[in-house]
Amino acid sequence: MRYLLRRAGTSLVVILGVVTITFVVSRVVPSDPASLYAGPRARPAQVEQVRQDLKLDDPVLTQYVSYLGDLTRGDLGISFATRRPILGDLRSFLPATLELALLATALSMAIGIPLGVLASSRRGKPKDSVVRLFAVTSVSVPVFWSALILQLFFASKLGWLPLSGRTSSNVEFGEPTGFFVIDSILSGSPSNVWDVVRHLALPVTVMAAYPTGLTVRLIRGSMLEVLGEPYIEAARVGQIPERTILYQLALKNALAPALTILGLTFAYSVSSAFLVEAVFNWPGLGKYLTDAIVRVDFPVITAATLVITVIYVVVNLALDLVHAKIDPRVELS
Amino acid sequence: MAAPTPTPPTSPARRLLGLGPVTPGSAVWYYRRNWLGMVAACIVGAFVIAAIFAPWLTPYAEQGRGVPDLPQRLKGPNGSHWMGTDELGRDVLARVLFGARTALLVAIGVVVLAVVVGVLVGAIAGYFGGWVDEILMRITDTFLAFPPLLLAVIVAAALGASLQNTIVAIAVSWWPWYARQIRAQVLSLRERSYVKAVQAIGVPSHKIIRQHIIPNAMAPVWVQATADLGASILTAAGLSFVGLGPRPPTPDWGVMIADGRQFVLSGQWWIAVFAGAAITILALAFNLCGDVIRDVADPKTRGDQ
Repeated sequence: MRYLLRRAGTSLVVILGVVTITFVVSRVVPSDPASLYAGPRARPAQVEQVRQDLKLDDPVLTQYVSYLGDLTRGDLGISFATRRPILGDLRSFLPATLELALLATALSMAIGIPLGVLASSRRGKPKDSVVRLFAVTSVSVPVFWSALILQLFFASKLGWLPLSGRTSSNVEFGEPTGFFVIDSILSGSPSNVWDVVRHLALPVTVMAAYPTGLTVRLIRGSMLEVLGEPYIEAARVGQIPERTILYQLALKNALAPALTILGLTFAYSVSSAFLVEAVFNWPGLGKYLTDAIVRVDFPVITAATLVITVIYVVVNLALDLVHAKIDPRVELS
Repeated sequence: MAAPTPTPPTSPARRLLGLGPVTPGSAVWYYRRNWLGMVAACIVGAFVIAAIFAPWLTPYAEQGRGVPDLPQRLKGPNGSHWMGTDELGRDVLARVLFGARTALLVAIGVVVLAVVVGVLVGAIAGYFGGWVDEILMRITDTFLAFPPLLLAVIVAAALGASLQNTIVAIAVSWWPWYARQIRAQVLSLRERSYVKAVQAIGVPSHKIIRQHIIPNAMAPVWVQATADLGASILTAAGLSFVGLGPRPPTPDWGVMIADGRQFVLSGQWWIAVFAGAAITILALAFNLCGDVIRDVADPKTRGDQ
C-alpha cells in the first residue's frame, strides 16, 4: 500500500513535469508562438487574435498557470485546421490506435517470448545466432519503409490484402466501442470480421517487428540469468524434463523483470503507430498527428503528444503495480 | 635459450594509425574474433568512405547535391542510372551516396550532443548527491516519460524543420539515458579513495568532476553511445519521413522515402526502395557492431559467440 501511494505520487510529479516541458516547448522555445499557433497561412490580424486569445503577451508564469487551468478543465485548445476542440478529435481517433498498439504488443509477445527462451536454451549455438540476427534485423528496419514494401507486395502486386484503411468502403456496422474487432463481432456477420482482420494484418505485422526484437533480447538476457541459478541446477539433477525447466520453472522468474518491457513495447508501438498509420491511411491518433505536422497545426501536435505521453505514464504505473503484486522483491527496494 | 615470442603481425591500417599489434585478450582482439561483427564494421566503413568520397564516386555529383535534370525524370534502373532517377530526374544512386553524409552527420551529431549534456547532468547529480541529485534526476525522469520519437517531434515542430534542428530535437529526447548511466558510475567512483584524497587536499569540485570523475566514468557511456548510432539513424529517418527533417535540396534518405512513396504504388518503386535499403543496411550494421561491442565490454558475455 505504501508502495502504491509512493509510486502514484511520483507518477503525478512526472505528469506535471511532462505538462511543463510541453508548455516550455510550445510557448517559450519558439521565437513567435502566436504565428505557430495561428498556422502557416494566417493573416497578421489572425496572428494578433491568437496572441490575445492565448494571452501570449502576459508574463510566462501567468501563462503557465492559465495553461494548467485549461488542462484541468479538459480544454486542450482548438485545432486551427478543423476548428474543432482537440479533445473530442483525440477521443474519436484513440480507439483505432489502441486497437493497433494492443494487437501489435500481443503479437510481439507471442513471437518474442518463445524465441527468447529458445535462444537462451541454445546459447552460443547456431539457433541462438539465427534468433539474435533476426532480433537485430527487426529493430533495424525503419517501420515506414517495411510498411511501404509490404503494401507494395501483398496489397498492390499480389492483391491478397487491402491497401489501406480500417474496412472496405462497402462494409458498414455499428461502432459502439470503436475497436473494430469487437464491433464487427458484435455485428454478428463473419464477413465483417474477416474484412476487419484483413485490414489489420499488414499494419499490425509491421508494428510488431520492433517490439518483437526488443522482447527477444530482453527475454534471452533475463532467461540466461535465471538459468544460471542453483534451483535450475537442482531441477536438472532431479531429471525434470527440459521443457518444464525452461517454460515453467525458469520463464516464470524471467518474466517478472521482463514485465517492465511490456510498457516499453507499448510505447514503441504507439511511436511507430505514428509512422505506420500514415502509410496505411489508418484513421488513428498517429494519422491525426502526421496530418497536423503536414499542415503545421501546432496546437494539435502539442496536445496529441501530451495526451499520448500521459497515457504512457499511466500504463507504466499500472505495469509497475502489477509487477509489485506478483514479485514481492519490488516492494522492498 | 628461450625461443623469442612471435609478435602478431600488424595490419597496414593499424600501422597507418600508429597503432601496434593487437594483443590477445584485448577488447579489439575479442571483437575481431566475431565474424558478424567484422562484416558489420566493414559495412559501416564502406558507408563512411561513400560519404566522404561521394563526389568522386558518381558522375552525377551535382544531382546528388540537388540539381534537377527534368528530362530524365522517373527513369527505372538502367546502365547509366543504376538505381534509376527520381521525380526531378536526379540519379538515385548519387542521392543515396550524398544521403550517407546527412545520415552519418545526424547520427554522430545526435549522439555527441546527447552524451555531452547527459554526462554533465549525470556527473553533477551523482557527485553532489542530495537535493541537487533529486532535482536533476526528477527532470531526467520527466524527459524519459515521453514515448521515444514524440518529444523529438514536438521539439522539431517548435524549432522548425532543418538539419540542425533535427539533431537538437533528437538529442533533447536522448540525453537522459546517458545522464542516468553516468550518474550510476559516478555514485560508485566518488567513494573511491583517490577521489577522497583529492577532495582532502582541497581541489575544487568542478576540477575533480572534470579531471578525475568524468574520464573514469566514460567507458560504458561510449559503449552505449556506439550501440545507439543505429537507433539515431532510424529516429532521424522517421522525423524526415513526416516532414520534420532537413529541407530540400539536402539529400536525405527519410525524405527520399517520403517523396518516393507516392510513386511506389504506380510502379516507380526504386526511389523509396533503395533509400530504405540504405537506412536498413546502415542501421543493421551499426546495431550489430553495437551488440558485439557490448558483449566484448562485458566480461561475463565475452566468450559468447
